[in-house]
Amino acid sequence: MDISNYLYLSAILFTIGAVGVVVRRNAIVVFMCVELMLNAANLAFVTFSRINGDLVGQVASFFTMVVAACEVVVGLAIIVTMYRSRRSASVDDASLLKR
Amino acid sequence: MTTSSNLVYLIALPLFSSAILLLLGRIADKWGHIVATLVSASTFVMAALEFVSMRQRTGDARAVHQDLFTWISVGTFNVHASLLLDQLSICFVLLISGVGTLIHIYSIAYMSHDHDRRRFFAFLNLFVAAMLLLVLGDSYLNLYVGWEGVGLASYLLIGFWNQKPAYAVAAKKAFVANRIGDVGLSLAIMIAFAQFGTVSFTGVAAGVPHASSAALTALGAMLLLAAAGKSAQFPLQSWLGDAMAGPTPVSALIHAATMVTAGVYLITRSNFVFDASPTAQTMVLIVGGITLLFGALVGTAKDDIKKALAASTMSQIGYMILATGLGPVGYAFAIMHLLTHGFFKAGMFLGAGSVMHGMNDEVNMRRYGAIGKVMPITAVTFGLGYLAIIGVPPFAGFYSKDKIIETAFNAGGTKGILVGGAALLGAAITAFYMTRVIVLTFTGTKRWDDEAHPHESPSLMWIPMVVLAIGSVASGFLFNSGHALVNWLAPVVNASGEHDAKEFLAPLTVSLLALGVVAIGVAIAILKYRSNVAVEAPEDVSILTKIVRRDLLQDDFNDRVLVRPGQALTRFFVSMDNNFIDGIVRGVGGVIAVSSTNLRKIQNGYVRSYALIMVIGVLALIATIWMVTL
Amino acid sequence: MHSLFAQSLQAGSTATPEAVQFWILAPLAVLAALGMLLVKKAVHSALLLAWVMITLAILYIAQGALFLGIVQVVVYTGAVMMLFLFILMLVGVDSSDSLIENIKGQRPAAISAAIGIVGLLLSLISRATLNHPATGIDAINANGNVQGLANELFTKYVWAFEVVSALLITAALGSMVLAHSQKPRNRTSQRDQSIARFRGESLAHAAGLPGSGVYALHNAVDVPALGPDGQPSQASISKVLEARGDMIASKPFELTEIEEEEK
Repeated sequence: MDISNYLYLSAILFTIGAVGVVVRRNAIVVFMCVELMLNAANLAFVTFSRINGDLVGQVASFFTMVVAACEVVVGLAIIVTMYRSRRSASVDDASLLKR
Repeated sequence: MTTSSNLVYLIALPLFSSAILLLLGRIADKWGHIVATLVSASTFVMAALEFVSMRQRTGDARAVHQDLFTWISVGTFNVHASLLLDQLSICFVLLISGVGTLIHIYSIAYMSHDHDRRRFFAFLNLFVAAMLLLVLGDSYLNLYVGWEGVGLASYLLIGFWNQKPAYAVAAKKAFVANRIGDVGLSLAIMIAFAQFGTVSFTGVAAGVPHASSAALTALGAMLLLAAAGKSAQFPLQSWLGDAMAGPTPVSALIHAATMVTAGVYLITRSNFVFDASPTAQTMVLIVGGITLLFGALVGTAKDDIKKALAASTMSQIGYMILATGLGPVGYAFAIMHLLTHGFFKAGMFLGAGSVMHGMNDEVNMRRYGAIGKVMPITAVTFGLGYLAIIGVPPFAGFYSKDKIIETAFNAGGTKGILVGGAALLGAAITAFYMTRVIVLTFTGTKRWDDEAHPHESPSLMWIPMVVLAIGSVASGFLFNSGHALVNWLAPVVNASGEHDAKEFLAPLTVSLLALGVVAIGVAIAILKYRSNVAVEAPEDVSILTKIVRRDLLQDDFNDRVLVRPGQALTRFFVSMDNNFIDGIVRGVGGVIAVSSTNLRKIQNGYVRSYALIMVIGVLALIATIWMVTL
Repeated sequence: MHSLFAQSLQAGSTATPEAVQFWILAPLAVLAALGMLLVKKAVHSALLLAWVMITLAILYIAQGALFLGIVQVVVYTGAVMMLFLFILMLVGVDSSDSLIENIKGQRPAAISAAIGIVGLLLSLISRATLNHPATGIDAINANGNVQGLANELFTKYVWAFEVVSALLITAALGSMVLAHSQKPRNRTSQRDQSIARFRGESLAHAAGLPGSGVYALHNAVDVPALGPDGQPSQASISKVLEARGDMIASKPFELTEIEEEEK
């Protein structure tokens, strides 16, 4: 089996995540889709690391995880705040920008 | 050439006075006319002194030159604002300031009831200043300034009573017609600059022998166009009749004695151009010949005394233009006729003004009649002018007009016969219509209402008339005695050695011939208008009469051929501007507005839409990478 | 076009057990990811995501990233997903769970873009080249994966490591600030509710909302009551039930039936 199959998997997962971000309305689901995209990117990093025979990819993946953790914390806090103010977790309800 | 530092005062003084009168406004109402008249008189005194001192000098020293300042200095092109007073200019300066002063005096009385007399005198002084600049400028460009100045003054004075729309229209008409001529003059200046690199008279004269005949013909034609515009010559003649809308002193000064003769001055001043270009000279002859007959014919049908005199002016200037077209021998006679005409026509206009003054501004001669009895001085002075214009010896017109007819015949060949014949015919018609004016106005039975109380005008009015009448009587004889004027002008117009041209007819024969046709004209007029003159112009007249009454269809022609197509073209351009140009502008705006309205829908406030656009952007980015790595 | 990468992958191709593992796990991960998009309830999405993450953790370990695999399970599947579920509990069921699209053209555009991206990415990966043979991870993991990573992190990447730690602290503080509310939402007292009923927009519900199941087919909490006009009253049941779809529709009472019976 080719190692590149991991990369194909990564691309497919990434795209599914992107579609989820665009299609789903629940802010939490949108957020989970973002996580899916990050994970897909991590898989690519790990695979690159293996192909290149060094640990740079894994280090990058590690940092991605840390940053993703930060992002989840802040993002979920924002969702909670949003929900508190408008009793809804729908991203479509936060459409004040058009006015 | 003598240098002087006094010439500028000739122009500066009336200009200053005009500015004072205009700027001070109503404050100057009480004394404005006196200041203006004194300034004009002092101009005449200065001119007379210059004339006397010029007489004492001889040869080239007679011309006086004054350099004021460098006006334009661009590379090799230098124009100095400088003045030149030579034998030709001094004739004009004396005429302008002399007749101008008389008319200033006349106007004091004539305009005494007018609310705006001060403004009138301011404009008169402005005119005097501009006209003096015109004849004193030593280059075409300096002349052009004066040329435009008199055009402005003429416009302002024709439209002096601009509260009447017809008068304002007449002023505009005169201005537009003059403008066409002005374009000619500016083109002439450009041609001169392109050909000779200079626009001064001496510079152009020096360059003429080296120039191509085509350039000289073009230059001459443009100068002729300018002259035609200013002097109401065919085909730009239509404005002069309407210009009679101005106060009568204006008609006398500007539209009879001085401004309208500027064209004659221009052609005489440019004699070196026309002498070098036979084609241009022939064009001058044709224009002069047509105009002299045209004006005379129009004059026969006019019932308005001022318009009859205006037509006569046009015709007489036609004589002058004709004379200038006859080459070196003609210039002096053109100027002589110009000067005598300045006297008798101004005198007659003042007489007409006097009659109108006494008749409550009635201008229709059919409502005059028998005025000679109540206004004897006016009648006598007018009569002397009349004798002068029809060319009865020894009055002024006899000498000047006779010389022109004689020179015309002497031009030789078919040209001589055609031109001389036209001049002779013109003399006959002149005699007819001037006699008609005299008979209708001063003799016969009274046809005016009893409300009108014709009375002799005050002395301020009749004194100038008397002075001008004396001029009408004596000037011709004075100018002609011992070829005084011809010899005086000879250095300017290069007339030396041209006197021995072959004579077609003996001078005496010409004189007798001319007197004969004049007598016929006078006789026909007396027989026709001696009695039974209808107060209203008869309507059952031949088609020819109707055409002549309509000024030989000059306005109809202009209207059909120039004005209407011009208006149509303008309307076309306006609609082009409204529909096409504005359409493009509005179209661009509309397209942007519509597309932004549609584009705005993208901005719907939904985060997911923005994310989708981002995804599409990513797609585009990947597609780009995909393609460049292909 | 035979790429260098293709050659290198032969050198770095995997052993059969790994291939078997991959071909079992990868389709499952893709299916789970697709399921995330398709299921209606957020909780289900979260569970499917947890599954994808565990799958990925296994794949990490299979690729010699032992440390990352463990972290993936502990941090992501453990901590982060717990956080997600916690927030889900907090926010509750909501109309945003609905799968009905209300932005015109959003779905077709998203799906076309996704197909384009997947196609292009796969095509790009398939013809990507490497200018050296694939080396494999085993050599570098000889002294242990964790030791190797630690070596990198605390020498070469120590500055980035410190910055990231600062970022973590900032994020923690930030989320505290965001989530903290000075004044918790006031519980409306009975008195307030009473005032709202009588001084509100209408007196329709002054006597309280209709109880569920009244005059309806069943006397249950998930059955809307029938109003005086015979129509089901939506105000009689909890909104949460309606949003969850756990509601039994009441049939409107037809007055004509009675009239016919009377005849």
